[in-house]
Amino acid sequence: MSETPLTPRAGEQNALLRFLDSDILYSFRQSKLTMLAAAVTASYFLIALFSPWIAPQNPFDLAGLNLLDSLTPPSWHPDGVPEFPLGTDDQGRDMLSAIMYGSRISLAVGFASVAFAATLGISLGLISGYVGGAVDTVIMRIADIQLTFPSILIALLIDGTVSGLLPSVAREDTAFWVLTFSIGLSFWVQYARTVRSSVLVEKDREYVQAARLIGLKPLTIMARHVLPNVLGPVLVIATINLALAVITEATLSFLGVGIPVTQPSLGTLIRIGNNFLFSGEWWITIFPGVALAILVLSVNLLGDWLRDALNPKLR
Amino acid sequence: MLAFMIRRLLQSILVMFVVALIAFLLFRFVGDPVNQMVGIETSVEEREALRERLGLNDPVLTQFVRFIAGAAQFEFGISYQFKRPVAQMISERFPATLELSIMSAIFALLVGIPMGVYTGLKRDAWLSKIFLTVSLVGISLPTFLIGILLIFLFAVQLQVLPSFGRGEVVKLGFWSTGLLTTSGLKALILPSITLGLFQMTLIMRLVRSEMLEVMRTDFIKFARARGLSRRAINFGHALKNTMIPVLTITGLQLGTVIAFAIITETVFSWPGMGLLFLQAVQNVDIPIMAAYLMLIGFLFVLINLIVDLLYVMVDPRIRVDSKQAL
Repeated sequence: MSETPLTPRAGEQNALLRFLDSDILYSFRQSKLTMLAAAVTASYFLIALFSPWIAPQNPFDLAGLNLLDSLTPPSWHPDGVPEFPLGTDDQGRDMLSAIMYGSRISLAVGFASVAFAATLGISLGLISGYVGGAVDTVIMRIADIQLTFPSILIALLIDGTVSGLLPSVAREDTAFWVLTFSIGLSFWVQYARTVRSSVLVEKDREYVQAARLIGLKPLTIMARHVLPNVLGPVLVIATINLALAVITEATLSFLGVGIPVTQPSLGTLIRIGNNFLFSGEWWITIFPGVALAILVLSVNLLGDWLRDALNPKLR
Repeated sequence: MLAFMIRRLLQSILVMFVVALIAFLLFRFVGDPVNQMVGIETSVEEREALRERLGLNDPVLTQFVRFIAGAAQFEFGISYQFKRPVAQMISERFPATLELSIMSAIFALLVGIPMGVYTGLKRDAWLSKIFLTVSLVGISLPTFLIGILLIFLFAVQLQVLPSFGRGEVVKLGFWSTGLLTTSGLKALILPSITLGLFQMTLIMRLVRSEMLEVMRTDFIKFARARGLSRRAINFGHALKNTMIPVLTITGLQLGTVIAFAIITETVFSWPGMGLLFLQAVQNVDIPIMAAYLMLIGFLFVLINLIVDLLYVMVDPRIRVDSKQAL
């Protein structure tokens, strides 16, 4: 693990040099599939980030839509036009632009919920491992109980309950945050367990004992000495979790309890398009579906590679 | 052994207690039950009378005890949305979900194990690489997308299989089954594949990695040295040793299958419990949500308990470990 660029206290210049020379970069260069996955993931991120500027059309601006354009097939179809490469939906919305904006929302929910889950899980894991005793027992029992149920069910339940508590007018505006909260809350256990077990190992090492002896506060020891040692596995979990979070978001949105139709994510787009599947307008649902599948597949491939690259046993 | 079983049982009861508490809190505090049951024109006095009659003015603890007593008799009140007893609605829909889950588990085992054995034995064959790529795609694709793609291919383009409903069902007492008619069986195919695909890839990868592990062990080398046939080694010794983890995972996954049935049932308009639950979430129909939560919680705890106990019986090493843990 010391070879990774994750040790924060090494000098900036030094860290860069070490990164260029590291096994990780080597194994990255060795695998063409990983490089492809990284390139695809990066382009998704860029598209998501800059979609308001690069998308051909703003799909949310109802004034810019023309109903006469509705249900246009993709451009290679005899009835298609080059203006809409992937066709349009029932409101004359350009599918390509809708997918770009949709990826933006899907990824935003994904990142936000992973960040939330990681923060919560890491904190609880550190506390649980370092403090021990009754605190540890309570946190880990809650984790056990939560682990009994699949995360998608938990996210669905939290989402349903929170929406039930909110007045129906507020639901549309808060959907993004409710969804992030539900997905994040359903994923924290893995981080907490990983961090806790690493903390239990690191806690009794000499360097931590030394830090304790010179009178550092527990918080400082945790943040500066224990945390850097557990970041590797956490990074792997976070990458794989991002794919899972995007899937969960899409699933909940598809089920109609996630992102509302006014600001569609990829899952919402698939849900809308599903109504047209039988009338022949397959492109409204298949293209967002393919976009989602490629995104999740690339992130998963990256996560798999990262897990193997950071695992010294497999080298 | 006995101590372990008792400990495990107590843990299960604790989990069930927590689930019941959450279900009760949902039931009691998310939305007002009385508001949901009466119309707008009901007077305040009438509401208060109903509140008293339903026992909503009793201490919360008394209500909780009553809720648990009700749940133990499978009594969860009346659905806000359908104005019918929840227990009755769920038991009507239970057979559909169970048949779907079992069929998908059978599909996952029958396809996943042979694929896993093949990829484990012939690591570098091109077919293995195809299987592994397919499994990666299977893990990456969300369940609902697989369902939509299957519908698009087999129901819209080829028009050979139905895309929604259970087809014709036959009533056997309280149980309604789709397994006895052709249309019922046909209707099962796409949903079962959709639901089982993820488990299938999981089982395949598990069998593969277990096979790779087992083939390296000394007893396989020794079996080879004894001159046993390849077949006897591969299936009699290696595969047999991979079966314990595979059965454990399949057992544990049964709960996940039931949860994922929510998605599959929505895609295929399958009239099961999952669809009922989803409609309840969309309409904040708390009695159904609470009942489903209790039922699923019970199933999960039961499955976990059985798997754990079986494991202890099968693998004597755990017995020793559990003594130290006590």
